[in-house]
Amino acid sequence: MNDIVEQSPAKTVLVVGGTSDIGRAVAAAYAGMGWTIRLAARDADAAERNAADIRTRSGEDHVTVHHLDILETETFAPFLDQLGDLPDTVVCVVGLLGDQERAQEDPDHAAQVIRTNFEGPALLLEALAQRFAERGHGLIVGVSSVAGDRGRASNYVYGAGKAGLTAYLSGLRNRLSDTDVRVVTVKPGFVRTSMTAGMDLIGPLTAAPEAVASRIASLQTGSADVVYVLRAWRLIMFIIRAIPEAVFKKLKL
Amino acid sequence: MKDLSGWGRYPRLSGPLDAALSADAAARATAQLPGLIARGLGRSYGDAAVGRDSTLDLTGLNRMQSFDPETGILAAEAGVSLADIIATFLPRGYFPCAVPGTRFVTVGGMIASDVHGKNQHVDGTFGDHVAWLMLALPDERVTRCSRDENPELFAATVGGMGLTGTILSAGIRLKRVETGWIRQITHPARNLTEAVALLRQSGTATYTVAWIDVLARGDALGRSLVLEGEHATAEQVRWGDLRFPPARNGRLGIPTDMPGWMLNATTARLFNEVYYRLGARKADRAILVPWDAYFFPLDGVAHWNRIYGRRGFVQHQCVIPEPKAEAVISEILDRISGRGAGSFLAVLKRLAAGSGLMSFPMEGLTLALDMPVSADLMPLLREIDALVVEAGGRIYLAKDATQSPETFLAGYPQLDRFRQLRDEIGVSSRIASKLSDRLGI
Repeated sequence: MNDIVEQSPAKTVLVVGGTSDIGRAVAAAYAGMGWTIRLAARDADAAERNAADIRTRSGEDHVTVHHLDILETETFAPFLDQLGDLPDTVVCVVGLLGDQERAQEDPDHAAQVIRTNFEGPALLLEALAQRFAERGHGLIVGVSSVAGDRGRASNYVYGAGKAGLTAYLSGLRNRLSDTDVRVVTVKPGFVRTSMTAGMDLIGPLTAAPEAVASRIASLQTGSADVVYVLRAWRLIMFIIRAIPEAVFKKLKL
Repeated sequence: MKDLSGWGRYPRLSGPLDAALSADAAARATAQLPGLIARGLGRSYGDAAVGRDSTLDLTGLNRMQSFDPETGILAAEAGVSLADIIATFLPRGYFPCAVPGTRFVTVGGMIASDVHGKNQHVDGTFGDHVAWLMLALPDERVTRCSRDENPELFAATVGGMGLTGTILSAGIRLKRVETGWIRQITHPARNLTEAVALLRQSGTATYTVAWIDVLARGDALGRSLVLEGEHATAEQVRWGDLRFPPARNGRLGIPTDMPGWMLNATTARLFNEVYYRLGARKADRAILVPWDAYFFPLDGVAHWNRIYGRRGFVQHQCVIPEPKAEAVISEILDRISGRGAGSFLAVLKRLAAGSGLMSFPMEGLTLALDMPVSADLMPLLREIDALVVEAGGRIYLAKDATQSPETFLAGYPQLDRFRQLRDEIGVSSRIASKLSDRLGI
């Protein structure tokens, strides 16, 4: 009888990549909305550092840390089982920029970049999608990249991994379109993070991790499918995709 | 190579800048990089945050670690900014026990400079509210220092300008406040004697400071606005106002260097005149001022250091011990106003003794002046420094860019012990800044 006045339990978000700057900001944004946070990361100690930061700021004990290596795909099912309650939302921000030149010469490095950006996130989100579909609802946010919109000489190993993730998310969205499981692809553009420290980024096209995070948190409502955090990127990538390959292959972008 | 000039942009300095994104990385860098000093937000005015050979950016150490609402002790990494602390904890009813004139400083920087605020004569410096700190040494040790553990190293690190090792994190005490407002009363003082009398009288007020018109002469020498402030109670906040107002996002900014001629004796005199008259109109009645406007008035103007033009400026802050404080400050003001040296606002404040080995405060009066760099400036500063030395005073290292090793040595009698301690912990040849090089620390 008291259902209406009782507070509903806090919703839960699983942030995969809890040590990255964007992951940290996403966790903080959801904490600000009163959600429970599950931070998953390969380096659990580093994730705990972010978890403690969020707890200290809010004064609440609503963040847990979980070990997960995105390259150990066989651990995904047991990982999700031991989480207990299935999260309401998953935000996957895992990525590895790597070193393009090294990747061209060292297949192991190239494979690591491709698997970290594509194989790991895709298979993890697939496993979550199955569980969300069985439950009947859920939000899947995959952070991909504008680099996946077209392969360029300067970062095509990374770009190909992200292109794979973008395609995977697109397919997943298509498959689940008549359910209450929503799939959103987020392409941040340039972001000021430790991954891009020292790079010469164009100010107006560069977002702060906090801006990316608040855009992601805002996806809880609305119906966006593919999100460019800064709108200018949608136009830029539209133009870049429209350039004929015969011309594009000669460009240095 | 990065521009590493201090806030005064004098002297112009550049060098390599390494960044540490974790405490482990910062400790490793401390062990590996030669001639190293840690750097936070670069708000010291001169050459304190520039390494002799390498500089370590610690703004990536920006995580808070824990908070105990009972004791008010916040454990935070050294790169957490004061702005972040206030934005996070003021809405929860806590405020730092001591804050300097800008909130764009880090925990590590505030400890290293042992910064003080308008309540130093009552509540002590920032260092007095540090419960413990973690210090990385070049031999890869990380030691915890407090008044009970490694007390001598603790006392040397508070106010030690980063020269005892790299501060990685600290526990700092916050106090309870009911609101984010300050109840301020302005008392105009027609000359220095009145100003000093008011500063001494207002011993019970939590915050006191005098804005002093350094260009006033003759009978008006040292005319001031003495500002007293207290944290307002919840009942005192006006109906309809937020109890904890957020920081204003400064829309003002100085887009580029202002031409040097814009700041001269005439414009400075005009500015001081207007400022004094506007303040005097509010005389003797309490007004409510939001925390950011009260503590950090210049933070609302981005890049305000550009006002002084391309050549930069020097902030000179000295303290003169009692009983000669008033007489010596009168003499300093006389020299400055006699030269008509342009200075916008200057600040006069009472200080109590500090607790760090190399802390700036001593019982007396402190005078802080902003002066644009010019050919005439250095001889004037040498004259002022001579007066400071003669009176047994000292110059604040966080602001300093110009004092001589002799002036420094005269002002900091504990220097020998500090040097000895640096030897004992093995940092003498490893941890060094442009400031320590210049002053022979």
